[in-house]
Amino acid sequence: MIGYISVYKKLVVVTLILGLLLACCMLLGLTVGSSGDAAAAWKLLLGQGSADPILEVIVWQLRWPRVILAATVGASLSLGGLVFQALLRNPLAEPYILGVSGGSAVGAILGILAGFSLFPGLALSSFIGSLSVLMLVLLLSNRREGSSDSLLLGGVMVNAFCGAIIMFLISVSKTSQMQKIIFWLMGDLSSAGTDTLPLLLGVLPCFLLVFLLAQPLNLLLTGRESASSMGLNVAAMMLVLLLTASLMVSLTVCQSGLIGFVGLTVPHILRLILGSDHRILIPACILSGAAYLVLCDLLARSLSSQGEMSVGIVTALVGAPLFIGLLWRGRR
Amino acid sequence: MSLVEIKDVSLHYGNRPVVKNVSLSVTRGEFFVIIGPNGAGKTSLLKALSGLHPLSEGTIHIRQTPIDSYSRKELARALALVPQQINADFPFTVAETVLMGRYPHLGLLSVEGKQDLLLAEQAMEFTEVSHLAGRRLEQLSGGERQRVIIARAICQQSKILLLDEPTASLDPAHQLRIMDLMERLRQQEQLTIIMVSHDLNLASTYADRLLLLRDGAVEKIGTPRQVLTQEQLSKSYGCTLLVDENPLLGTPRVSLVSEKVAATIRSEKGDL
Repeated sequence: MIGYISVYKKLVVVTLILGLLLACCMLLGLTVGSSGDAAAAWKLLLGQGSADPILEVIVWQLRWPRVILAATVGASLSLGGLVFQALLRNPLAEPYILGVSGGSAVGAILGILAGFSLFPGLALSSFIGSLSVLMLVLLLSNRREGSSDSLLLGGVMVNAFCGAIIMFLISVSKTSQMQKIIFWLMGDLSSAGTDTLPLLLGVLPCFLLVFLLAQPLNLLLTGRESASSMGLNVAAMMLVLLLTASLMVSLTVCQSGLIGFVGLTVPHILRLILGSDHRILIPACILSGAAYLVLCDLLARSLSSQGEMSVGIVTALVGAPLFIGLLWRGRR
Repeated sequence: MSLVEIKDVSLHYGNRPVVKNVSLSVTRGEFFVIIGPNGAGKTSLLKALSGLHPLSEGTIHIRQTPIDSYSRKELARALALVPQQINADFPFTVAETVLMGRYPHLGLLSVEGKQDLLLAEQAMEFTEVSHLAGRRLEQLSGGERQRVIIARAICQQSKILLLDEPTASLDPAHQLRIMDLMERLRQQEQLTIIMVSHDLNLASTYADRLLLLRDGAVEKIGTPRQVLTQEQLSKSYGCTLLVDENPLLGTPRVSLVSEKVAATIRSEKGDL
């Protein structure tokens, strides 16, 4: 049939190409850094020459966990964005812009103040935070069906509100806690270490579940009534996707803080190239979202001459202009 | 034998009743059109038929089985809905859109096989959109988009087709094209067609039977000749409508008469 390439064929090609891209980015992430030269790191990876023990520690105990964390966070943020865009039928929806990340940050900070450990206490409190914001956003979008402005304005307000709560919590907290909170809020990946494992274990099943629900997501995009007339149980499907997406986002936020715009940038570029079929978009989003954040983190690590820059700065520098551009084009 | 049986159905939006105590039955292969003034409850009734609106009272049976004992997928295999429009904010191609109609027939992951592709191709040929297969929905005109949604419904392979004003906002040539397509579907595929329309002349030309709704209640059910009378229409729509005979087909023909003209004639002749 014209205009139709088999889903399997597309899937294989896209997965291969983007998988290769991700592998390259991860190799770069392992070899490039502020300390030690890249050539030596390459040799170490290839197993050539005498291994410098310090470099070995840097590559395997500092950079490797960080690259893995960046990849996981990038994948789940961009997939989160993709799911929110489908659920709200709005290409501008994104966890950070909608305030879902903010809500999950409030939950996480409350968790920090209460002295919870990262898993499961902090993860749970940030999950509750993100879920409550998402419910609020959905209610807003239901009241004014189709109005993308009111949804985004709602998100801005929710964000401002969450920001105020965060500032309030910081101002009443002890100095030791304050430092921890501020550092974490900037959105960075330096927390990478062995405790990243629960995050991985939490988000991977979410990825799989969302992938299995790819065709229902396609149907949802044609409208709720249209989707249910084709045999989709819309309410149940939305509930499952909502819970899964908030779980992914909150697990990510409680590990890496607020990293914005990843869920906007990656799905948008992919949709331009690959079209709207979520059976292709979802694996593409996971792979290239991972590659994108590994690259952003690499830039953040190597651009700044004094110490490190947080990765949230890089993603916002790329994402915010893109968002404004999209808004501009949508208005015309 | 009745395929769709509606019995004493009432529907509410919140506390507001929109359909009151409607009963009717539609037989296999029938072309059934629902007409009535704005806000009469036509679309609500159609939604209830497709399982999208909960019944406050009464029952709907599809093939002698109550509608609420169907699962969503089973219902989608029994009847397909062509909504007034579908969201085109996301760039799906025509082929992808039509193939979505296969969803109720597919298992996990919903990857289409050869058979599904063949059905989609046939559906697109039937509605004459094959040449648009690779185009994106947002690039199409209103008439083309409507034919794509109908192709999707055909691809769904249900024997009952529900349409919500498929000819609204189309020019006469495109209106005829859609209606002739319905007629062909009924004859070649033995589909049963239930359609909401504002166009009384199209309804008169194509429908076997009409339901005239007003304020959620049945005003009249019957053939176009029985329902489309000057007295009935003028009363139900609250304006003057002239009904005479279509010289070619012999079916009722409805013309609008402005209030000013109606008043002048009434003062001269006493009646229209």
